[in-house]
Amino acid sequence: MANLKSSLNLRDKGAEYWERSPKWRRVALSIFFIAICYALPFLNNPLINTPGSDFQSVLFYPVGMYVLMAIGLNIVVGKSGLLDLGYVAFFAIGAYTMAILGTKTALNFWEILPIGVGLAMLSGVLLGTPTLRLRGDYLAIVTLGFGEIVRIFAVNTDSIGGSRGIAGIPTPPDFFNAKFTILDPKPYYWLLLTFTLLIIWMVRRMAARRPGRAWDAIRQDDDVAQLMGINTRKYKVWAFVLGAAVAGVGGVVYASQILSIVPDQFNLNISILILACVVFGGIGNVWGVILGAVLLAFTPERIRFLSQPRILVFGIALVVMMNLRPDGILPKKKREHFDPDWHTVEESGEGEIK
Amino acid sequence: MRLEIKDLRVHYGKIEAIKGVSVVVNEGEIVTLIGANGAGKTTMLKTISGLRPVTSGQILFNGEDISKMPAFKRADLGLSQAPEGRGIFVGMTVLENLEMGKYNRKDRKKEMAEDLEKVYHLFPRLKERAFQAGGTLSGGEQQMLAIGRALMSRPKVLLLDEPSMGLAPLMIQNIFNIITEINKTGVTILLVEQNAQQALQRAHRAYVLEVGNVVKEAKASDLLNDPAVRAAYLGTGAH
Repeated sequence: MANLKSSLNLRDKGAEYWERSPKWRRVALSIFFIAICYALPFLNNPLINTPGSDFQSVLFYPVGMYVLMAIGLNIVVGKSGLLDLGYVAFFAIGAYTMAILGTKTALNFWEILPIGVGLAMLSGVLLGTPTLRLRGDYLAIVTLGFGEIVRIFAVNTDSIGGSRGIAGIPTPPDFFNAKFTILDPKPYYWLLLTFTLLIIWMVRRMAARRPGRAWDAIRQDDDVAQLMGINTRKYKVWAFVLGAAVAGVGGVVYASQILSIVPDQFNLNISILILACVVFGGIGNVWGVILGAVLLAFTPERIRFLSQPRILVFGIALVVMMNLRPDGILPKKKREHFDPDWHTVEESGEGEIK
Repeated sequence: MRLEIKDLRVHYGKIEAIKGVSVVVNEGEIVTLIGANGAGKTTMLKTISGLRPVTSGQILFNGEDISKMPAFKRADLGLSQAPEGRGIFVGMTVLENLEMGKYNRKDRKKEMAEDLEKVYHLFPRLKERAFQAGGTLSGGEQQMLAIGRALMSRPKVLLLDEPSMGLAPLMIQNIFNIITEINKTGVTILLVEQNAQQALQRAHRAYVLEVGNVVKEAKASDLLNDPAVRAAYLGTGAH
């Protein structure tokens, strides 16, 4: 508990420093960090180099991709408290849209992107509208099923390549001086980073306004949220659809970089890993989620020299971390006098006597 | 604002929890539903506020049947519930909880200061604890917050579910005094209570609910002196 407390303070101090900073300092800090992010591919440090795969590729996938997807899933799981175990489905829909339209039509990446995002959102509506009546575990099971359905559908549909998938997906057209080729992952990383920053900005704006309040209320108590006059169905579907849109962006970019996709890339493991990023980093806090995604994506690559046992080592590290910090590395900001055990208070509220 | 429930039936799966109940709450009244555990009191309130679907029957709010309307729209009409077990947002501060009560008011920015002042006047404790997380409040304070939050939406009819549950005797007196005070400002109240003594002393009229049926309906003061009611719910008379 002691180390939990001290690091909580560290996080709160960071937030406090930010809140007390004048606008120019916030802008300067933001520019500084964004610049560092854009410069990351040029880093060449033995400490962070990844044996077995080149660092710049790792930055794009898995690191950048996990960060983007974790931010998207955080809208669903972290902000509105809906447990989605089939998140990979929306990623797959984005990737397949890019693959099919890229190989069968003359549309380029920039034209396919909105279509892919739109289809991911549409499938979010179609899945969300009937299933978001369900709560907790039931929703988790249905979404898990949806994730598998999408993958199995792709395996069994020969017109989209069946289990062999789709090859020869075109790369995005050149963008000013940036050339998108299989050999150079840097432009893809920058593209992904740009999308990620835009999405962070959008999510933060939304979370600070009425939708954020509604999601917060729904997460804490769906029934009471309705009593407050919140159309909980609408906001839940919206959270679901926005999450799907983010995964759709990821899928389109991913497919255009990897050039060929097969259904088995979009398996349950991805959904679970992205969820792990969210939980590990700190549900609901976008900075925690980013940190969690970076660590969970990067560590297995970094310790690749361990070869076979690396996943075991990774798993043990996860279990140890979650025991030390059950709320994640950078949990959501706590309230003044906030009792971290509130859920037990809620459950035992009835018999309590003042 | 008159609330009329006609021949209401509600099911949990195959089990019929409410078996054709009719209740009338006239404007300006405090009406109480009393009854033992499992009589269907909470189900009644949840159905009126829209959290449980009706099987059959009508819920008339000022003459309009709202029995098929989703809960969030009923809240907009001026039907506000302080839920059982102090259903407050434990992760939000007291002030944020109160603000949530205004979520759907069109003029919420204009009304906010004035209504906060009113609620703080009724519950000075909430003002002291405004920036504390809801989950850290005592049981009585949470109950105050649930009622205060319901008031923030300027309800015409207030539904109170067991406001005395789990509270110390002094706090129970306090809460019931405030309920009477709220009623005097013109808010119609439907009160569900196990604490029949207090409820009957405060209410104008009362209904006795037993396993999903209304078995008695009368002026509250009459029920207070009814030997059968005294024996069953007030813990005296049988001795």
